[in-house]
Amino acid sequence: MSAPSIDAPRSPQGGRRTSQRSNFELYSWLFMRISGLVLVFLVLGHLFIMNILDGGVQRINFAFVAGRWASPFWQSWDLLMLWLAMLHGTNGMRTIINDYAERDQTRFWLKMLLYVSAAFIILLGTLVIFTFDPNIG
Amino acid sequence: MATTTPVGTLYRGGEGMWTWVLHRVTGVAVFFFLFVHVLDTALVRVSPEAYDLVIATYKTPIVNLLEVGLVGAVLYHALNGLRVILVDFWSKGPRYQRQMTWTIAAIWLLVMVPGTYFMMIHTVEALFGSTP
Repeated sequence: MSAPSIDAPRSPQGGRRTSQRSNFELYSWLFMRISGLVLVFLVLGHLFIMNILDGGVQRINFAFVAGRWASPFWQSWDLLMLWLAMLHGTNGMRTIINDYAERDQTRFWLKMLLYVSAAFIILLGTLVIFTFDPNIG
Repeated sequence: MATTTPVGTLYRGGEGMWTWVLHRVTGVAVFFFLFVHVLDTALVRVSPEAYDLVIATYKTPIVNLLEVGLVGAVLYHALNGLRVILVDFWSKGPRYQRQMTWTIAAIWLLVMVPGTYFMMIHTVEALFGSTP
């Protein structure tokens, strides 16, 4: 007459102990919101200046870039925007790969490709901002 | 609140699902553009001529139109991202998520109409206008 015993909800199962789980996904979720909030200002400001203000894209050339990057303010703006946008985008792509790539191997290699190419772009962009030479011509 | 019964799909449909789908699509599109954009900007380390040559493609009519699409995608992603933040952190966020959806749609239109005008004015004049 004894009732079947049922584990309490969310009790640890098998070899999966709670102590081994990290808070990575929580921090990733929080990072998306904080970086997103900062990027709203950085990216929309960038798009407004580059595409709409004062003739928009038609006025952009090497001299225009040289004029902007003469100022540490715009260098810092672009550097922060580069890092936050790339990390925000890479983390978003990681979520999408995890959602849609069903085979373990596919998921693993797609994410490796993502991380390597993202690291390349972040380093390249950083290098370009720090080593820009207005007299290169 | 009206209760809806899901029929034949995992998702409930409605505004909530479509804002989520659009958020993913615009996010991926902007991410791929970001790769290209860092690469084209890196040409300032090659030579002013190389940079100016590639930037000239940004000023052509078709790419100019794509830029309007890019700005529209980024603007949607930004506005919907703010809505997601409010749904997550504002105690009344979930209750007003539908109203917020229509609010961001209105803001998007209000910004994109004059935005498109200023982004395209040169291209429209070059293609159809009579230069004084």
